[in-house]
Amino acid sequence: MTVAPKRGDYDVVVIGAGPAGLAAAATSAEAGLSTLLLDENAGPGGQVFRAISSTPVTNRSQLGADYWVGADLVQSLRASSAEVVHRATVWSLDRNLDIAVSIGGASAFVKAKRVILATGALERPFPIPGWTLPGVMTAGAAQTMLKSSALVPDGRTVIAGQGPLLWLLAAQILRLGGRIDRILDTTARGNYFAALPHAFAFVTSPYFTKGLSMMREVKAKVQVVSGVTELSASGDGQLASVSYVAGSKRETIPADLLLLHQGVVPNVNLAMAAGIEHRWDDLQLCWSPVLDANGNSSVAGIAIAGDGAGIGGANAAVVRGRIAARGAVDALAPAAAAKLPAMATLRTDLARAERGRVFLDTLFRPAPQFRIPQGDTIVCRCEEVTAMDVLDSVAIGATGPNQLKAYRRTGMGPCQGRLCGLTVTELMAQARGKTPQEIGYYRLRAPVKPITLAELAAVPKSESDVKAVVRG
Amino acid sequence: MFKRSEQDKRPQVRIFVDGVAVAARQGDPVSAALLASGLDARRSTAVSGAPRLPYCMMGVCFDCLVTIDGVGNRQGCLVPVTDGMQIEIQKGKREIGK
Repeated sequence: MTVAPKRGDYDVVVIGAGPAGLAAAATSAEAGLSTLLLDENAGPGGQVFRAISSTPVTNRSQLGADYWVGADLVQSLRASSAEVVHRATVWSLDRNLDIAVSIGGASAFVKAKRVILATGALERPFPIPGWTLPGVMTAGAAQTMLKSSALVPDGRTVIAGQGPLLWLLAAQILRLGGRIDRILDTTARGNYFAALPHAFAFVTSPYFTKGLSMMREVKAKVQVVSGVTELSASGDGQLASVSYVAGSKRETIPADLLLLHQGVVPNVNLAMAAGIEHRWDDLQLCWSPVLDANGNSSVAGIAIAGDGAGIGGANAAVVRGRIAARGAVDALAPAAAAKLPAMATLRTDLARAERGRVFLDTLFRPAPQFRIPQGDTIVCRCEEVTAMDVLDSVAIGATGPNQLKAYRRTGMGPCQGRLCGLTVTELMAQARGKTPQEIGYYRLRAPVKPITLAELAAVPKSESDVKAVVRG
Repeated sequence: MFKRSEQDKRPQVRIFVDGVAVAARQGDPVSAALLASGLDARRSTAVSGAPRLPYCMMGVCFDCLVTIDGVGNRQGCLVPVTDGMQIEIQKGKREIGK
């Protein structure tokens, strides 16, 4: 059973129990700081180590050694004095380091001396025609079900997109006896040349041999079509077929399940709502927070670790978590920092973990047609707003994502822009001949996840709170 | 669309989907149990009534919204099943009082 945090104040509150959060919370608690780890999921692991303590996939080779690293992180956390609350949705964080968290339908409030945001990444929107049809999901969604429930596709299944996760997922599905009919690789041909100058770092990184053997494993069993330049899903109320163009050939294949993936991007909602400055990253094509070498953000006391700090992968996330926690220990209990690994050691670890990343970012940079849709393709899934709707609004004066809300409600549905924000920024930037940085992003505010009015109304109120709103 | 791997030895949990008994497994998120059930679990959107199934399974897309034990608009991907849980496929907006 999930219960509210035991105290109202902590030295360090870590938000998110993925690789960065697990490492940060364990490090902070080991140094003797009172530490609270809040996480939205039922168990630790975040996305990459999803269901690490409960997965029914017990044959270790099927999920791979990189997955089981997560078990050691969880063990270190459990051996520490950190307090951990799962199924806890943080819906507010502000400049005073006051945190509001929803647990079991009731909100609790905690105050921190330092906050480490480890809210990770989400999959980049893949707005193709038909991407809202039942039967179209993200590759990450399929991987989540595989890890948490040992579920694998058994209908006619197409995987489309690009990037390391796509190949890992395909290998895992095959190992568990699932079905994949075809893989459509959307990696742009020109990316191979662009990535070439960065190849040395990649070839000498651990990603290289692992990635190569995984691709070989998959290609031996599944038909892979490379150079896919167009992609769409169709069906009447349910996915029925996938169409694509490769070379100059168009093909339509029947499908029950289409799994899409074109990389991951930082999940910025909580950080932006806290007022943390972000900038457009031209290489990773997303918003990344402005951070110093210890992960400290533009808001005093809040550091960001893991993929929320800019995509670096799980290994880098673990090290960034340790660096951010060490930064907190240095600030709050300098004497205790002596027993932690030296900052210089951690920085060497980070450089090693980040090796080859530029190559991956360049090679798997998604092509414009898969990021910036046209016509009646849905951009905002929640409010069902199309690319044409957005362009029409630009034509009559909408200047950026925040003005667009008043025209079309984009980003105002329950997902709060997580599935449309990047698309809207890039679409409007292109239409207005501006850079994404100039166009900007949605102004995000608490609550960053929907909570009910009843839950808000049940929050304890002081006499002055009541006086502030009651007349007479 | 999905099948269970034979190595899954978790105990069964009985849930009800629009009154129909469904065998899920302990630890399944509601959305995974629905997708594994073979039932038509499509919700319909509040805006146009378009049919949807879960898209992200990680708490960000809200296409898994479902009524659980009488409470509407729950993110089915974030809630683990419990024995006897009553699930209703949510058609359209959350209803007042639910």
